[in-house]
Amino acid sequence: MQELITVKQLTCRHGVVEALSDISFSVSSGDYLGIVGPNGSGKSTLVRALLGLMPAYHGQISLFGQSRDRFSAWERLGYLPQNLGPLNPAFPATVFEVVQLGLLAGKTLPKRLCRHDRKQVLEMLERLDVGHLQQRMIGELSGGQQQRVMLARALVNNPELLIMDEPTAALDPEIRDRFYELVAQMNKDKGTTVLLVTHDTGTIGQYASRMLYLDKRVLFFGSFDEFCHSPEMSAFFGEHSQHLICHRH
Amino acid sequence: MTILELFSYGFMQRALLAGILIGVLCAVLGVFLVLRRLSLIGDGLAHITFGSVALALFAGLQGAAMLLVSLPVVLLASLGILKLAGKARLGGDAAIGIVSSVGVSLGVLLAVLGRGYGVDLFSYLFGSILAISQAELLVAGGLFVTVMALLWLYYNDLVALTFNEELATVSGVRVRFLNGLLAALTALTVVLAMKLVGVMLISALLILPASAALQVARGFRMTVILSVLFSLVAVVGGIMISFLFNLPSGATIILLAFVIFCSGYLFRQLQTVKNRS
Repeated sequence: MQELITVKQLTCRHGVVEALSDISFSVSSGDYLGIVGPNGSGKSTLVRALLGLMPAYHGQISLFGQSRDRFSAWERLGYLPQNLGPLNPAFPATVFEVVQLGLLAGKTLPKRLCRHDRKQVLEMLERLDVGHLQQRMIGELSGGQQQRVMLARALVNNPELLIMDEPTAALDPEIRDRFYELVAQMNKDKGTTVLLVTHDTGTIGQYASRMLYLDKRVLFFGSFDEFCHSPEMSAFFGEHSQHLICHRH
Repeated sequence: MTILELFSYGFMQRALLAGILIGVLCAVLGVFLVLRRLSLIGDGLAHITFGSVALALFAGLQGAAMLLVSLPVVLLASLGILKLAGKARLGGDAAIGIVSSVGVSLGVLLAVLGRGYGVDLFSYLFGSILAISQAELLVAGGLFVTVMALLWLYYNDLVALTFNEELATVSGVRVRFLNGLLAALTALTVVLAMKLVGVMLISALLILPASAALQVARGFRMTVILSVLFSLVAVVGGIMISFLFNLPSGATIILLAFVIFCSGYLFRQLQTVKNRS
């Protein structure tokens, strides 16, 4: 299986504070990796380092076998950020216009969209049950609707790798469950590789095949079965917490 | 005097044509600058333009030849603002403040040293579009084509960058290059707009049509189209009113743009009330 992400001895700093220390792991094609850990454990820093949004780091990061610094095949990757905080609520774009931005990575200048691209955008909006919102302004939508639109933007290019940072933080429980099911279905049916950052340890165990437990360093990396049967992890987390994460209670 | 007679004058034809070119550029760029909260970069670059005009006059240049000094100086200043903001641990506003104050200081100093061209400098402060020459119009046309071609080429990248810089990066958009390009295109436009509305009012021409469009448009493309439309109404209307009633053209254009902005704001408020009821 092809390794889509390879991280070796990664160390990241925020100024003088070490946010991540000696991180090594890999993600293969078809994996569903859940990255979990407490607040401030460096989960988002890791994602930002992977995507080149945090330039200063030591160690090696490869995406699709290519060094991150030289990586340019962004059309193979979809990204859903932690929240839409930086989004200007008065931004004058319709839902359709926002989702079509997800197709730019595969285009060459002047990056114009053709009829097929428009069809692709409409199909993705329909798949995520937001087709009826296509002409609405993005700033007028509820948090859950915005998140689904942003997911549509991340998926419209049919990426091989989907990276999501706390995607369910703003969602109510019912929509959150549907969101997880949708991503799991994509992983299963289309073979989309998923890397999902969450602190929702109780839910991720139902969906992810592998887990990276992070607290500035890697505490555990492996399959859920390995985690659930590991005496070291039982000793570290306590049996109750371990069962909650494994979702076998 | 009839409207037709108005159009028969060569200077009026040149003024309207130049006004339309500059108005379109300011309207399109303005949408990106306002949404990226970079509106004041136009103001900062206008102050640098003032300094560059003083420098050109000091060097004995006149008319279109002055652009040989103004264009490179303002282009360099625009990149200087980006460098300062990126490297000197400054926010964009502080970087603009530093560069613009240097521009004004340079202008004042050279005005005093060069005595004798105070009136010329005054015309650049408040604009003199009716006095635009054939050569200046040609330069404006050339720059219009250049800026519009680059905007056309990078339009979707600029929309992505304006929507969210991080998402744009992960979509393969060259964010640093585009930030530089946006600053450089703004610099070129500001130098041109100096002749239309003057140094003091350039930023208003970048901000007001785009802000008016943001009140009423539904969609990014529509925002750009309406911004251009509002800018053209303000520029063409302002030039004609200023000529007919013997008023300063720059100030008339901006006040007309402000009336359009107020109308857009009122329209939006009425729509909101209507939607609630």
